[in-house]
Amino acid sequence: MSLTATRAARERARAARDNRTGLLFALPWLIGFAVFFAYPVLASLYYSLCSYDAIRPPRFVGLQNFQRLFFEDDLFWKSLGNTLYMVAFGLPVGLIAALAIALLLHQKLRGIAFYRTLFYLPSITPVVATSILWLWLLNPEIGLINVALAKLGISGPAWLTDPAWAKPALILMGLWGAGGGMVIYLAALQDIPESLYEAASLDGARGPTVLFRITLPMLTPVILFNLIMGLIGTFQYFTQAYVMTSGGPQDSTTFYALHLFNQAFLDFRMGYASAMAWVLFLITLACALLVFKTSARWVYYAGEER
Amino acid sequence: MALASKKSPVRAGLSHLILIGFGLFFALPFYWLLTTALKTDDQIFRIPPVWIPSPAVWENFPRALTYVPFGRYTWNTLQICVLSVVGTVLSCALVAYSLAKVPWRGRNWVFYSLLATMILPGQVTMIPTFTIFKALGWIGTSLPLWVPSFFGSAFNIFLLRQFFLTIPAELSDAARIDGCSDATIFWRIVMPLSKPALATVGLFTFIGSWNDFLGPLLYLNDERAYTLSMGLQRFVSQHGAEWSLLMAASTVMTVPIIILFFFAQRTFIQGISTTGMK
Repeated sequence: MSLTATRAARERARAARDNRTGLLFALPWLIGFAVFFAYPVLASLYYSLCSYDAIRPPRFVGLQNFQRLFFEDDLFWKSLGNTLYMVAFGLPVGLIAALAIALLLHQKLRGIAFYRTLFYLPSITPVVATSILWLWLLNPEIGLINVALAKLGISGPAWLTDPAWAKPALILMGLWGAGGGMVIYLAALQDIPESLYEAASLDGARGPTVLFRITLPMLTPVILFNLIMGLIGTFQYFTQAYVMTSGGPQDSTTFYALHLFNQAFLDFRMGYASAMAWVLFLITLACALLVFKTSARWVYYAGEER
Repeated sequence: MALASKKSPVRAGLSHLILIGFGLFFALPFYWLLTTALKTDDQIFRIPPVWIPSPAVWENFPRALTYVPFGRYTWNTLQICVLSVVGTVLSCALVAYSLAKVPWRGRNWVFYSLLATMILPGQVTMIPTFTIFKALGWIGTSLPLWVPSFFGSAFNIFLLRQFFLTIPAELSDAARIDGCSDATIFWRIVMPLSKPALATVGLFTFIGSWNDFLGPLLYLNDERAYTLSMGLQRFVSQHGAEWSLLMAASTVMTVPIIILFFFAQRTFIQGISTTGMK
């Protein structure tokens, strides 16, 4: 009896010590979470209901910011449209390009490591440097792109100076960075069990069948991962537009995050910008949930009962 | 690798042809970056374009670097990068240890809080965070760019937790029986065994902070404190037409990252296969 009692006491002491240790080790995060997340989230919620210029204290105005956002700010709708354009076109094009390149690079070939490195490097090149480089490549008169198109007999568009072509230009530049998604696909391709391919070839399956029945289904979890990360990233698209176009021409590249930034740090309408941030969060969340909801139908997890 | 176990020379040749075709799209911009940096203005604006700059104006590099104090910007950037790496690796490892190795009450709560920070866009916390740093009088200094890294970041904590879980519990149990404290187990057993994962976190933090633009844009209003990305952006907005100098400066900002990649290729690959999934 006393033996179990001492054991219970010892276990309690152990649990108490573990609780102390765990708390101590997690302390940096707990402080960081409180200071850099919990407080900012609450403050941002409050600011979104205030008129606030970061100099005078915030003044409560109720839902005025949201009212102005939805009914009086044309640029809000325009910037949202620009961002959704990138989500609808830029994101899928980028995902498919990354996947296609990964499939191309997933083969035994002399010098394949060289190609992989080459295709990957642009994705770790500093965004500001990439932006400046592409500003030059996309120059309508003497940029390399239009010079190359002219060689093919095509007279290239004015890219970043034409409202109709500015976003496609940014998408094209985005393709140059497709290596970031590519390596994630490559890693996943290497994890597909060889036995699946062997079984398929015994059954007489060939190229396209293998691709659509084995490779792509096995990749769907990674496609989902890249899709979600890409979605979040695209909704926050900012630096390239800030550096290359400042939102022009005719606001055709004023993306949501850029409009928000200008409101907050150019016009010092911090309450208004906070309201914008929450709307951005809700839109991103809605899209992510929508993707997750449909994912049950197209994502295949190996080992899962079907 | 089944797709290509036996490849005829013809098919291999075809593969190379396709890869070279795509490769041009990825390689040419780099070539153009470097060669434009070496051109005279006259060569830059010539049509058809000059493929091999002759004479190659190597002086463009020192010119670009003295035109704007890029040496200073590089030093500023390096400082922020190193401090961020130290802060991130240390704090994330500590928190990851509490999640992976200590069975304590608040674990699940910490887990959910990590998830919450990953879901919310940075724009939501951006403005209040700015006001915090403003109240502290840190605007114009580099402090807001590296101090937060000492308080952990969700993605890296997850990554390290995942890695720590693969370290057998027997190791720490044996150490505990020998009377080791958690601090000792963390520092003497878990950390040394996790070098590859720590290197991955450090590497990606370094690159992230080297490439960061929004942070410096928000907090650095004094030219002397600029980072490379900030200096480069100001350069383009002030001297938009000086293409050779712009390309030289962009090259200088890019080359260290590429060198880093070649030195740490294996860490990159490992990092990608661990961060990519799960």
